[in-house]
Amino acid sequence: MLTRLLSNDYPRSRVLAVLLVALVVALALTPFIFPGAKALSVAAKVLVFVVLVASFDLLLGYTGIVSFAHTMFFGIGAYGIAIAATRMGPGWGSILVGLVAALALSFVLALLVGLFSLRVKAIFFSMITLAVAAAFQTLASQLSDLTGGEDGLTFKMPELLSPSFQLTESIDGRMITYYLLFVVAVVLFLAMLRIVNSPFGRVLQAIRENEFRAEAIGYRVVYFRTMSSILSALFATLAGAMLAIWLRYNGPDTSLSFEIMLDVLLIVVIGGMGTIYGALLGAGIFLVAQSYLQDLLKLASDAASGVSWLAALLSPDRWLLWLGVLFVLSVYYFPTGVVGRLRAARRA
Amino acid sequence: MKSDFDWKPVALVPLLALIVLPFIGSPSTWLTLTVAGLAMGMIVFIIASGLTLVFGLMDVLNFGHGVFIALGAFVATSVLGSMGDYTGSESLVQNLLAVLPAMVIAMLVAGAIGLAFERFIVRPVYGNHLKQILITMGGMIIGEELIKVIWGPLQIPLPLPTAMRGSYFVGDANIEKYRIVAVIVGLAVFGILWWVLTRTKIGLLIRAGVQDREMVESLGYRIKVLFIGVFVVGSALAGLGGVMWGLYQQNVIPQMGAQVNVLIFIVLIIGGLGSTTGALIGALLVGLMANYTGFLVPKAALFSNIALMMAILLWRPQGVYALSK
Repeated sequence: MLTRLLSNDYPRSRVLAVLLVALVVALALTPFIFPGAKALSVAAKVLVFVVLVASFDLLLGYTGIVSFAHTMFFGIGAYGIAIAATRMGPGWGSILVGLVAALALSFVLALLVGLFSLRVKAIFFSMITLAVAAAFQTLASQLSDLTGGEDGLTFKMPELLSPSFQLTESIDGRMITYYLLFVVAVVLFLAMLRIVNSPFGRVLQAIRENEFRAEAIGYRVVYFRTMSSILSALFATLAGAMLAIWLRYNGPDTSLSFEIMLDVLLIVVIGGMGTIYGALLGAGIFLVAQSYLQDLLKLASDAASGVSWLAALLSPDRWLLWLGVLFVLSVYYFPTGVVGRLRAARRA
Repeated sequence: MKSDFDWKPVALVPLLALIVLPFIGSPSTWLTLTVAGLAMGMIVFIIASGLTLVFGLMDVLNFGHGVFIALGAFVATSVLGSMGDYTGSESLVQNLLAVLPAMVIAMLVAGAIGLAFERFIVRPVYGNHLKQILITMGGMIIGEELIKVIWGPLQIPLPLPTAMRGSYFVGDANIEKYRIVAVIVGLAVFGILWWVLTRTKIGLLIRAGVQDREMVESLGYRIKVLFIGVFVVGSALAGLGGVMWGLYQQNVIPQMGAQVNVLIFIVLIIGGLGSTTGALIGALLVGLMANYTGFLVPKAALFSNIALMMAILLWRPQGVYALSK
């Protein structure tokens, strides 16, 4: 049963297994064991990012494609829900319509980007996707009739999912939404684990390791790469939809900004490329750190207030600096990420 | 250069200018836009030249290149800000006495930081494009944040020196003085790069090192030192480009590096990564395109560059001047 669920891809390290189970249990019980709205929103963000980062890992870690347009698909998912809910009013129907339309758009765009640029050199592809992502962000802020421009869209969800809904004394709509996200995240996570451990996933890894040889064996590299881009785009779209359902708001900065792309890159690298588990562990560690790092920095900067340059470096506004340092250090010393390290420690 | 030089891409630039002429109608407006586009292209070329040099010669794709651009611009704000007597003067000579030191200091600072960047960020990841992209991206985050620590997170004005403001009139066409400065500096950078790479011994060694590193090393030359020098020069050129770009925009923000990154990537893809001449053609095309569409259909300005890039790639998938390696 467990073998089937995890697609025979066990954590393969005792420490890793313990960490993963602890994280999943913590996420499952967050509404009950961690009080406060901040803890819940951090946990919900972790759920969204687990899906988003795992979908990116499908591309980066398994196929070896560096794309900077991943937030574009994330944004399409979020805007799909947002626009449908704004236009059609709250209801399950509008969520469905928005989701299907977003998935269709992502499919077409991923196919186009894939067909067009996967034929060029890898480094070109990265640069092209960077330009495409920038263009899409500009487009989203310019089409203000549809997307609400820079202000974004605020909308309502069906009654069951709205914060004012009370099922019982202790269970409200917010909690129901959280568990909806939880279930969706688990299903999508297991689905991606399934994909990378299928024969299809093995071909992707073969392409990553040696494109020329994979082609020589008889696999059509362009086909597999395009499929991998499309799949990863669709999962990212679903992650975007999850975000919009949770926030009941979407704007360019929420789902399309380059900083989200950086976060995703950081999480993949810290968690471990080419391991779907890395997305789970990385998202957990990173988002908790990010959410509480500013508080921590504030303490440090107050403590260092006597030395002005040190205080400036430790100011809470400079948290990105420390993430950048962390990022460079992890590419240096943890090229395989937390998951890779733990697995290697076991083997040694 | 070689006798079988490929002139077709070069012809693209006048071709684009001629194609849009009927759409714009008035020749004087067209002249204004064309000169503005060429000047913008020259500035973009200065910014992009360092990146294409580093890629072409060292096979390193530096996503952190934008940091050196921002750094150059911020250094210029400090230098020019402290020379108010010279920048405020009506005399062009005194203005130049302020701008030239600003350029030199910006290049020196960017070059020095480039040396550290090469040592700590790039050197461990030679030969691995994926890691290069990731780690230079990290380097860019750090650099941008450090700029915010030093100069603050806000926009800083960088006004043009007095004598460089205003414009000349050729008939009805309005040609801003600063654009002429940009064209002169851009042509100088291109000329010097071309001369060094094709007419000097250093250029010969660099090109030979790209072709066959071991062979050149076995002849007793220290390729590594040469390549570090190339990285420093590339960073310094970015610093110079930052000064030019900052003066062109007349203000600087810490995020300008990331914003310019997209533009220079488009330029390099059009030109063919690693080719200096290609970068010049790409930059001129992008500059012209931005000014023409900015006038004809303002909303499509950014998309026009991407459309241009796509069109070029359909014609030549490796850019107009692909390196032959």
